[in-house]
Amino acid sequence: MTIPPPLDAPLLEVAGLHVEFRTRDGVAKVLNGVDYRVEAGETLAVLGESGSGKSVTANTIMGILESPPGVVTAGSVRYRGEELLTATPERRRDLRGENMAMIFQDALSALNPVFTVGFQIAEQLRTRRGMSRRDAGRRAVELLDQVGIPAARQRVRDHPHQFSGGMRQRVMIAMSLALDPDVLIADEPTTALDVTVQAQIMDLLAELKAERHMGLILITHDLGVVAEVADRIAVMYAGRIVEHADVHTLYSNPCHPYTHALLESIPRVDTKGTQLRAITGLPPNLTRIPPGCPFHPRCPMAVDVCREVVPALALLPGGRSSACLFADELVTR
Amino acid sequence: MGRYVLRRLVQLVPVFLGTTFLIYLLVWAIPGDPFAGKCGDRPCPDAYITRMRAEFHLDDNVVVQYARYLGNLVQGDFGQTFNGTSVGALIAAAYPVTVRLALVALLIEAVIGLAAGVLTGLRSGGYLDNLVLVSTLFLIAIPVFVTGYVLQTVLGLRLGLISPTVSPAAGFGELIVPGFVLGSLSMAYVARLTRTSIAENRRTDYVRTAVAKGLTPRRVVGVHLLRNSAIPVVTFLGVDLGSLMGGAIVTEGIFNIRGVGGLIFRSIQTKEGATVTGVVVLLVVVYLLMNLLVDVLYAVLDPRIRYD
Ligand SMILES: Nc1ncnc2c1ncn2[C@@H]1O[C@H](COP(=O)(O)OP(=O)(O)O)[C@@H](O)[C@H]1O
Ligand code: SF4
Ligand SMILES: [Mg+2]
Repeated sequence: MTIPPPLDAPLLEVAGLHVEFRTRDGVAKVLNGVDYRVEAGETLAVLGESGSGKSVTANTIMGILESPPGVVTAGSVRYRGEELLTATPERRRDLRGENMAMIFQDALSALNPVFTVGFQIAEQLRTRRGMSRRDAGRRAVELLDQVGIPAARQRVRDHPHQFSGGMRQRVMIAMSLALDPDVLIADEPTTALDVTVQAQIMDLLAELKAERHMGLILITHDLGVVAEVADRIAVMYAGRIVEHADVHTLYSNPCHPYTHALLESIPRVDTKGTQLRAITGLPPNLTRIPPGCPFHPRCPMAVDVCREVVPALALLPGGRSSACLFADELVTR
Repeated sequence: MGRYVLRRLVQLVPVFLGTTFLIYLLVWAIPGDPFAGKCGDRPCPDAYITRMRAEFHLDDNVVVQYARYLGNLVQGDFGQTFNGTSVGALIAAAYPVTVRLALVALLIEAVIGLAAGVLTGLRSGGYLDNLVLVSTLFLIAIPVFVTGYVLQTVLGLRLGLISPTVSPAAGFGELIVPGFVLGSLSMAYVARLTRTSIAENRRTDYVRTAVAKGLTPRRVVGVHLLRNSAIPVVTFLGVDLGSLMGGAIVTEGIFNIRGVGGLIFRSIQTKEGATVTGVVVLLVVVYLLMNLLVDVLYAVLDPRIRYD
């Protein structure tokens, strides 16, 4: 007999998640206590430089972490209150697709090159829902239609390489929605696309999230992309969330020097034409994370105490939080 | 695709003419006297030689001879041996045996090679992996005649599990051990090719997607991984079938199988030009068609390949 989850449990919650990669080159501490959650009908953007652990977190949630070399050493992932990290492989497989689904950055490599897109969408309906080939095929057309693919009835028979980049990502989205999941993780879904197409895909995701009342986790390293679609933003650095706030608050008043630097690095309309300013310094080597605040080697505000004390993600007034020892001083009211 | 196949078939015509002419030239124009040794220990009587040379038009220009041969060939007439047997009948008796032996060898290569390759490709470095690596190395290193004689001696003569030689009927059951011998080298290649291909594709994004879709491990491997990994393997098997269809002189010799390999071997020894030409021409055609089949198969297996 299982203990019924509390009624107010979040849709999906990650807490204190630690993941290491044990390779010949040593142990890389890739996640060092990730905390975030998403509720039905809202969009959480996860933002951070490349290598900060966004994808590893998402893969761990989905249960598709490459293991070995990846090992979860601590923490929890709960879906509607149910702990997933200790669940059986069968249970986790049941949840994939049906309750949580994921779309990836490069749809060309993420879709199987030798099968038609119709086959790849209908496959889940046939194997998981026991639908007939014909019904599943019809449903695949509907799904392609819903994600805005013109002439869906003909295009189900095409292979992934016959689509443009944007259309291919739409196919990927249609496939992820086949079993009506209530959590959708989009791992940099627009990074490989042109700017105009990026906006269209973002709009589509926002629309589908609202229509289906899903929880959307939108992973990106591009602050500009998320401003319009995200409700809340979690900023990630060296395998931890260093700042968390609603979009408006975060943009107008970043409370962590890293977020501040990220915001400075996006080109704005008024400074158009000037070069994109990269954040100074390099992300830490995850096999040797500096003691104290992991950001201190790059932080313009760093003082001696930052080299010794590891700042916790602390709650600030207004429901936001930051992992900087001096966050209080950065909040403007 | 249809137009591509048609174009390739048209291209086959000059290739066919060129190669068959070359064969004809090699067989009829070069080897000196085809009647040396035909009449026992003594040289053949002049009257006999003159009659035969006239009958086989050997004094005509070689191009004229070839044109006549081709004309007959197009009508399905492969000509006759010097003692009057129809070459067509010889081929009709031998070729089905060769085809059966080739199919048995191919099946063994495909089933055992693929299975060993998939199992080891999924778990490289394990006990099974090492076992397969060593045994395939063994098969690759040992010449076919050794495998053949060893199996014939052990299974046929010592244990009496099989008949040491194959009966003239050469049924599928009798051909299993010879087929294994004939296919053993390619079986080892298939195992290694599959292993590499599976190990490479195992970490691809589309396999990760298949897992993320909640498919069973069996389906992820059996449908998504295998379908992609099989492309180079199936292509290899297609090419291999092309060469298996050319007969197997050594294996046929060991097990006394009356296939096309033995036929060609014997007719070269006895200078039966008509038989040699006939068989080789047939093998060229089969080989060319098999190559075309492989190219078509490749496009069918990998939809990214477009010939048009
Ligand atoms: N399969 C793997 N083996 C070893 N290291 C890995 C593997 N996958 C990810 N990592 C490491 O984990 C870190 C975080 O990766 P990732 O989550 O992909 O970053 P991102 O935030 O860009 O998505 C990186 O330093 C990367 O090198
Ligand atoms: S704790 Fe110190 S080093 Fe870390 S972000 Fe805050 S000021 Fe910078
Ligand atoms: Mg990533």
